[in-house]
Amino acid sequence: MTTTTTPAASDLLKPEPAPVPADLVGERLSAVLASRTRPPKPSALSACGTFGWRALLKIKHVPEQLFDVTAFPVMMTLMFTYLFGGALADSPKDYLQFFLPGTLVSTIAMITMYTGLGLNNDIKKGVFDRIKALPVWRPAALVGMMLGDVVRYSGAGLLVIALGLALGFRPDGGAIGVVLAMLVLLLFSFSLAWVWNIFGMVLRTPESVLGVSMMVLFPLTFGSNIYVDPSTMPGWLQAFVDVNPISHVVTAVRGLMHDTVTAGQLGWVFLWCAILNVIFAPITMRLYNRR
Amino acid sequence: MTLGDQLAVEVSGLVKTFGKTRAVDGVDLMVPAGGVYGVLGPNGAGKTTTIRVLATLLAPDGGTARVLGHDVVREADAVRSRVSLTGQFASLDEDLSGTENLILLARLQGYGRSDAKKRAADLLGAFDLTEAAGRQVKTYSGGMRRRIDIAASIVVTPDLLFLDEPTTGLDPRSRSQVWDIVRALVAGGTTVLLTTQYLDEADQLADRIAVIEHGKVIAEGTSGELKAKVGGGALHVRLRDAAQRPEAARLLTAALGVPVTLESDPVALSVAVSDAEPVPAGLAELTRAGVRVSEFALGQPSLDEVFFALTGHPAGDDDAADDQPLTGKSKREAKKAAKKAKEHAA
Repeated sequence: MTTTTTPAASDLLKPEPAPVPADLVGERLSAVLASRTRPPKPSALSACGTFGWRALLKIKHVPEQLFDVTAFPVMMTLMFTYLFGGALADSPKDYLQFFLPGTLVSTIAMITMYTGLGLNNDIKKGVFDRIKALPVWRPAALVGMMLGDVVRYSGAGLLVIALGLALGFRPDGGAIGVVLAMLVLLLFSFSLAWVWNIFGMVLRTPESVLGVSMMVLFPLTFGSNIYVDPSTMPGWLQAFVDVNPISHVVTAVRGLMHDTVTAGQLGWVFLWCAILNVIFAPITMRLYNRR
Repeated sequence: MTLGDQLAVEVSGLVKTFGKTRAVDGVDLMVPAGGVYGVLGPNGAGKTTTIRVLATLLAPDGGTARVLGHDVVREADAVRSRVSLTGQFASLDEDLSGTENLILLARLQGYGRSDAKKRAADLLGAFDLTEAAGRQVKTYSGGMRRRIDIAASIVVTPDLLFLDEPTTGLDPRSRSQVWDIVRALVAGGTTVLLTTQYLDEADQLADRIAVIEHGKVIAEGTSGELKAKVGGGALHVRLRDAAQRPEAARLLTAALGVPVTLESDPVALSVAVSDAEPVPAGLAELTRAGVRVSEFALGQPSLDEVFFALTGHPAGDDDAADDQPLTGKSKREAKKAAKKAKEHAA
């Protein structure tokens, strides 16, 4: 209930309690200030963990933000399976075996965009001023936030997989294959999030962050092997699909789930993860440290 | 002890530009350790930019700045571990509760899990926020927000605290609470550098004041020294009948020995006085001559008067020169603050 109350309204509704006399404030304050403890600088890992905790607290306080993480994947899965399933494959159920790993990838790739959005909000609200003025390992704020988001990705992933199983998805790779596929996908999503972080820092408004991220992500997800077999596409588009990192992830996830994966397919995904981290993480940190 | 040990802040020729705007244009500051140092100036004077450079959030384009003996560029981490900044706009996570915000900051500064919890509870108690501890910060009133913001800045008691316009936009009661907090901080041994648009705030709190305008320090000294430069204060008189104003002006000039300013309001006039002593006699003259006074006030010079005395022109209220582009929300707040400042000056 308090989540929707605007500050102005709450001012009217809840007057502040009578102030404590000044000398009492002074006394209690001096007690607090007397502690001149200066604990040792936290380790990089502990700082990341704290920032990750913050990302999780945000889910606790603003559960609405999970709506697009849950509703969107469910909608997409149902829509594509039943609208196009019959036309694209022999039956919706046959299509689901091909499509489910793909929709899993596209769902989570879409959610990674919200990482940049959150960062943009933090910068606008001044939270980052305080964080940047702390003597902690510099990348911790970003890495921690991204790790917290991995929890969201996992949630959405589990939902899509559960829905798929309910609709008749039967992975040949079994539980182990599905878990491994999910882990590969989470690794890629974490790496991809660096790109949106850059948008989050460079662009001024959340709207433009979302707009630009969408413009990048839309061709990447649709120009891939998520929805259909690329062999029906014109040659130039096939060429794009072949180099598209999303296609490589989909192939590997599909392979792991159906137990047909090759080392080469996995190698491509790891190569892309390395490229994304090596190129975009330093750019992000450069922008973050710019002042 | 060398001179460097006694100075909390040593700034020389500091320059920071944003595009074509020279937000800070050669600021020199010497802030002694201990006590409160006030930086007084209108919106856009360069106060916030200066403070952000000192808190290592911005890199200067020219000049040098040393904070607690450390260079803000080369030894940024050493500065960060000993100073704290409370910005003009609440810089906490509004979605999190007060307790969670403080625990977060305590953990990031090396407190263990249970110590962080205890520190957060102690701070909330000291700032009279225990009741609101579990509520999201976005539900806090302006005064509570300011208090939790300051609490967040002293999770680890800093040696030097920057307070950027700590009372702008606050009601009088919250304002005096913030003043009490600042006094308690200083008593605890923390040096406070605060910026303000209000002369009386600087007067109430600061041991020394730097007046800054268009990115330059135009005057520096104790409040007494500045007032001596400005000329004490002003007597403001309002009459019941505008027709009696020339008569009143003549009488007051004769009684106080200084020229009278006729204000744009036809019943108002003001006199700059360096000494309050002859004022009652002057007012008595008016009564004796049958000039009917509806109200009078003897006040400190306003920020505008200080600027007028120091620069010969009123304080500029130039938002465009202020820092980086403001967001919609902070723009609104800045406007509100500017309006408040004007009301205050009036």
